[in-house]
Amino acid sequence: MPALPAPGAGQVNEVWWISVIKALVIINLLMLTFAYMTWVERKVLARMQLRYGPNRAGPFGLLQPIADLVKLIRKESFFPASAVDILYIGAPVLSAFTALAVFSVIPFGPGWEVNGWTINGEVVNVPISLVLIFALSSLGIYGFIVGGWASDSKYALLGSMRTCAQMVSYEVSLTFAVLGVVIMGQSLSLVDIVHKQAETFWFFGPQFVGLLIFFIAGVAETNRPPFDLPEAETELVAGYHTEYSGMRFGLFQMGEYVNMITLSALAVTLFFGGWYGPYAPLGPLWFLLKLAVILFVFMWLRATLPRLRYDQLMRLGWKMLLPLATINAVVTAALVVAL
Amino acid sequence: MALAPERPRIYEGSRIPSPVPTMLQVPPDLRGSEDLLQVNFGPNHPSTHGVLRLIVDLHGEDVVGLNAVIGYLHTGFEKNMEAKTWWKAITYPERIDYLSFQNNELVFVLAIEKLLGLEVPEKATWMRMCLAELNRIHSHLVWLGTAALELGSISMFWYCFRERDSILDLYEMVCGARMHTRYFQAGGLAEDIPRGFFPDAREFVDWMPKAVDDYEGLVDKNEIWLERTKGIGLLSADDAIALGQSGPVLRGSGVDWDLRKSEPYLAYDQVDFSVPVYENGDVWDRYKVHMDEMRESTRIIAQCLDRLEGMEGQPWIADDRKVVLPPREELQTSMESLIHHFKIVTEGYRVPEGEIYVAVESARGELGCYVVSDGGPRPWRVKFRAPSFVALEATATCMTDALVADLIAIVGSLDTVMGEVDR
Repeated sequence: MPALPAPGAGQVNEVWWISVIKALVIINLLMLTFAYMTWVERKVLARMQLRYGPNRAGPFGLLQPIADLVKLIRKESFFPASAVDILYIGAPVLSAFTALAVFSVIPFGPGWEVNGWTINGEVVNVPISLVLIFALSSLGIYGFIVGGWASDSKYALLGSMRTCAQMVSYEVSLTFAVLGVVIMGQSLSLVDIVHKQAETFWFFGPQFVGLLIFFIAGVAETNRPPFDLPEAETELVAGYHTEYSGMRFGLFQMGEYVNMITLSALAVTLFFGGWYGPYAPLGPLWFLLKLAVILFVFMWLRATLPRLRYDQLMRLGWKMLLPLATINAVVTAALVVAL
Repeated sequence: MALAPERPRIYEGSRIPSPVPTMLQVPPDLRGSEDLLQVNFGPNHPSTHGVLRLIVDLHGEDVVGLNAVIGYLHTGFEKNMEAKTWWKAITYPERIDYLSFQNNELVFVLAIEKLLGLEVPEKATWMRMCLAELNRIHSHLVWLGTAALELGSISMFWYCFRERDSILDLYEMVCGARMHTRYFQAGGLAEDIPRGFFPDAREFVDWMPKAVDDYEGLVDKNEIWLERTKGIGLLSADDAIALGQSGPVLRGSGVDWDLRKSEPYLAYDQVDFSVPVYENGDVWDRYKVHMDEMRESTRIIAQCLDRLEGMEGQPWIADDRKVVLPPREELQTSMESLIHHFKIVTEGYRVPEGEIYVAVESARGELGCYVVSDGGPRPWRVKFRAPSFVALEATATCMTDALVADLIAIVGSLDTVMGEVDR
C-alpha cells in the first residue's frame, strides 16, 4: 500500500485549470452514469419481473438512453397556461444543478502525480465537504417544491407538499446518522474520513446502525421506492412533475437519479472506505464497484417493496430513525471519548 | 291515475338504510373550508380500474368526501342483447365483465337452458365447472397483480400475469380464443375437449399452489404490506349485508356465503372444496380471501380433471336438433341437418315464453342474470345483477378515516370491473 498523504493535503497544490478539466470530465461522466443507470435499472427490473427490458435500440438496448434523450429533447415542452413562468422553468434547472454540484466534493481516487502536476482524487477538497453536501441537497429540495407549486395543478401541489414534508423529515435523520462517522473520522472532510478508514477500519462495522439509518433515510431523501410518495403514480399521477414534459421532466429525472448516485457515493465514502479496496490499489475502480453494488440495492428495493403510506412514513422518520440516529451518535461519542 | 305512495324513509324491519350511503359527505364543520381540496381521481387516472371517476374532497391527506361517478364505460350490452338471437347474444355477457368472462357466459347459458328445459350432458357440466374455476383464478390473478401494483409492489403484476398467461393458453387450446371464448353453448360445449388439454391443465394444477405460495412469500410477511392493508377499509358484516355485498368482499367481512355451497349449480355439490371466510373485513382479509380461493379453485379443477379424463368419447352437447347445431360432417349428407343449421344460424331457436333469474358465484360475487322471453328467437329483456356494481356502493362506507393512499388500497380491494359496473 502506498504511503498515505497527510490529512488535508492536496487542498492547495493543484493548478486551477486541472480542476476545471476535472470538473468537466466528472460532470460528463456523471451524466453518462445517469443515462446508463436508467438503462441498467430497466434491465435489472425487467429481469426481476420476467421481462427483457429495453432490447430494441442498439445491441442489448444499449442505445436506449440516447434514444430517450432525443425523444425528450424533441418533445414539446408543454407549459400550463396558469403556471408561474420563472419558477416553473427554473425549478427543474435548480434541482438538476444542485444534484450535479454535490458530486464535486466526493473523492473517488487517491490523487495522482502526472508529469509533475498534482491531480487530486476529487474536484474540490473543502474541509467541510459534508456540510456542503447537506446544504446543497437541501437547496435541491426547493426545485421539487417550487416546481410542484408553480405548475398550478392539484396533483402537483399535493406531490410537492409530500416532498416538502418527507425531505425535511428525513434530512434530519440523514444528518444525524452521519454524525457517528464524523465523530469517528474526527473530520468533516470526506477525504480525511476516507484516510481515517484506511488507517483503522471501514466504518460500516462499528457504525452499522448509522449505515442502516443513513441508507433508509437516503432512499427516502431520493424519493425512491418504497418511499416514492411524492410521485406515487397510483395516487398522485406523477406527483410534483405531473405538468412537466420534455426535457424539463428530463431534468427532474436527472436530478433524482444523480441524487441517488451521489447518495450511494456518499455511503461508499463514509462507510465503505471510499476508493480503498481490500486488496490491489485500483482506486476509482474500487469506488465504482462499491457504487454499483449500492445502486443495485436501490433497484432491488424498487422491484420488491410496496409503498409506504404518508403517516407511516412520517412515523418511521420521526419516531424511529431520528431517535435511533441520535442514540447512535451519542453512544459513538461516548465510546470514542472512553477508548 | 293514482299517485304512488310516498316512499318511507327507513323500511320497517329492514336493515337496508335509506338512502344507501354510497357517498361520503363532507362533515358539516369542514364544508366550505379553504383547507379542502377537491381532486378528481379518474376517469383517466393510473389507479382506477378502467374508467371509474372518484371526486374526492381532501383535507390534507385525509379523505373527507367521496363521490363516485360511473357510466363512462356504458355500452348498452343488455339492450344490444335484445336485438340479437339467443344464439348470438351469448357473446355479449363475456364482454360485460372482461376478467370473469367465462362465468358471465355461463350464467346466461344456464338461463337459456333453464327456459328451454334442456338437459346438459355430464361431460359438459364438468368441463364448464373446470373452466369457470380456471376463470376465477384468472380474475383473481389480475386483481392481485393490479392491486399490488397500486400499493407500489410492482413486480407482483408480472408474476401474476405469468400464471394468467398459462390459463389463457389453456383457453386457447380449448376453443381458439384466449379471452371471450364463447365455448359454452346452450346445451353443452361448442366443441369436444382437445386431448392436449389434460396434460397441460394437470401441469398448471400442480404449479398453481406453488405460485400462490410465491405471491404470499413476497408480501405476506412484508411489514409495509401489512401496514398498508391491515385495519384499512373496514366493512362490518352487517354493513356488508345491508349493502348487498357478495363474493370476496362479503366473505372478507366474515359472512359465510358462497352460491357454490349454498345453492349449488353445475356439479359443485359433488366436489370437495372449502369456502375461505375472514372475520375483520379489512383490505387484508379481502386479499386473503382471494389468495385462499385461488388454492380452492385449483383443488376443484383437479377434481374436474379426474372426472373428465374418464369421460372420453362421451357427448359434449345435448342431442336436440332444434337448439344445437348439427355436426359439421352431416351437412354434406343430410337434408334435415342442413335445414336445421340454416334455421338456427339465420332465425335462431325459439325459447318458450317465461322469465327466469339464474345466479352463479362469479369471481366477484353473486352474478345474476334475469331473462324474459316472449317466445321469440330473441330475448325480450336481459338484466344482469353485477357484483362489481354492488361492491362499488360499499366504497364510501369503507372509506371512513381513510387517507389518500388508503383510498387506492380500498378501491382496489373491492375488485370492481368497470365494464361490469356500467354495462
